[in-house]
Amino acid sequence: MDDFFNSIKLRIDYDNKSKSSKGKKNRKMAIPRDLLFKCPRCQQLTFMDEFEKNQKVCLECNYHSRLSSKERINMIIDEGTFIEYDEYLSSKNPLNFPDYDKKIEQAKIVSGENDAVKTGEGKIFSKLSVIIIMESNFMMGSMGSVVGEKISRAFENAIEKKLSVVLFSASGGARMQEGIISLMQMAKTSAAVSKHNDAGLLYISVMTDPTTGGVTASFASLGDIIIAEPKILIGFAGRRVIEGTIKQKLPDDFQTAEFMLEHGFVDMIVDRENMKNTIYNILDLHDFSNGRDGGKLNNE
Amino acid sequence: MNDVSSWSKINIIREKDRPTIKDYIHLIFDMYYEFHGDRYFGDDLAITGGIAKLDGMPVTIISNVKGKNIEENKQSNFGMAHPEGYRKALRLAKQAEKFKRPIICFIDTPGAFCGVEAEQRGQGEAIARNIMSFFNLKTPIISVVLGEGGSGGALALGVCDRLAMLENTVYSVISPRGCATILWKDSSKEKKAADIMKITAEDLISFKIADDIIKESSGGAHKDPEETAYNLKEYLNKTISELLEKDIETLLINRYNKFRKIGEFFEDKSSL
Repeated sequence: MDDFFNSIKLRIDYDNKSKSSKGKKNRKMAIPRDLLFKCPRCQQLTFMDEFEKNQKVCLECNYHSRLSSKERINMIIDEGTFIEYDEYLSSKNPLNFPDYDKKIEQAKIVSGENDAVKTGEGKIFSKLSVIIIMESNFMMGSMGSVVGEKISRAFENAIEKKLSVVLFSASGGARMQEGIISLMQMAKTSAAVSKHNDAGLLYISVMTDPTTGGVTASFASLGDIIIAEPKILIGFAGRRVIEGTIKQKLPDDFQTAEFMLEHGFVDMIVDRENMKNTIYNILDLHDFSNGRDGGKLNNE
Repeated sequence: MNDVSSWSKINIIREKDRPTIKDYIHLIFDMYYEFHGDRYFGDDLAITGGIAKLDGMPVTIISNVKGKNIEENKQSNFGMAHPEGYRKALRLAKQAEKFKRPIICFIDTPGAFCGVEAEQRGQGEAIARNIMSFFNLKTPIISVVLGEGGSGGALALGVCDRLAMLENTVYSVISPRGCATILWKDSSKEKKAADIMKITAEDLISFKIADDIIKESSGGAHKDPEETAYNLKEYLNKTISELLEKDIETLLINRYNKFRKIGEFFEDKSSL
């Protein structure tokens, strides 16, 4: 055990040295990323293995940190039932925006994904649904042509197969590098949501960290039912932009899931632990295939 | 497009006496009755809306409002609407649908307002609701960019059957200044950002996002607002007649497809 702590200390020393060698004095303790998790909300340090055992939820303040789309699938979808749609769609550089190609290549390496959303169908306690999961590890989940196209196709597939859609948003907003084309993805996806809505089908929007900008101002806010994970960021404008406008610091709870619940823009806040059950039960409450008394609630 | 022209266009639309909706409305329409309020919270003067006649035909007008001086801009918040502005727009749009009036939206905004109260009242939800609902309105919709179209705040009035832009206008996802701040952490490089972002009317035509360009008077709309208004009126008359010829089903399918087609990407495995 002593060795373990020593190794952390060594890493910390090392990190501090490497920081100061860049000429910038940093009095804050640098964190060895693979051993400790530092909560961005409450700043509490937790051992990584405990944090991971807790489904990447801060043990101190219940902040639900970001998951990769793969982790989310493992948590929500019955094992072996996920069939991915359009996995080979990938971004072009329509504006010839400087360094965009490089950014995409890097993001592919960092995230292991081709763009910022994974779509497909899978079963949730045996109930088949279309699943859309945004990938915050890919350019902060920003929405460009690929994200817009995959989400629109997923909703269109759901209409064709008469399926519900469960969407996990995680995005900083529109992808600036695709300019006006990225803005138009807000319209394109919202139109697809609208068609799915007109077909009388259920759309559950689950907001996860962060749900902001163009995604909040389009499909994420348009669910029949909107669920949020605890303590996450939800908002339209960036915090710093607002602080710049009003010239004051905003309170910590501004633009959190709890703030949005209080102001009436979220139906409920659900812990990660109960997410799959909750989604299943809501799907079941909308499933009349066995008559009105067909399903049984899952109280697992 | 060469570098000079996109920046010089921005300078034209930033001219102090650039005509706004308040100048155009009486030059284009007869008998404008402005209606107020979203019926939930309040009235946002960053957006004006109401009914008027266009050469004898009743139409619904919805427009961003920009001021020309501090006093006017205080009232209209520099064209940056709060959620109640977008909700007023939607209320009037649905009223237009009920009474089978074509809708004409005029876009002239740097973007939706970024503030505490705007967040509390659901800025994101208000914009999203407009975007989705405009796809279902069973009446023709024309949107015209009069000055600048900025981000989601513009798109909230921008889901339409035809999108036209005045000759010198721009429409973008983020302001050139905002883009420069993100890219180079230097807002003074907005000129460079403006070129990179491809935001002019010609650019948007090339992306098949804008459908038409409407001529301004020579040197910019401020040189001769009446001439520009005349061109706007001609365009609106012609376009409304074209759209009214289509049955509503076709109109809605075309509206869906107009936006559905926007986007550029690689499709197959080999491109990775």
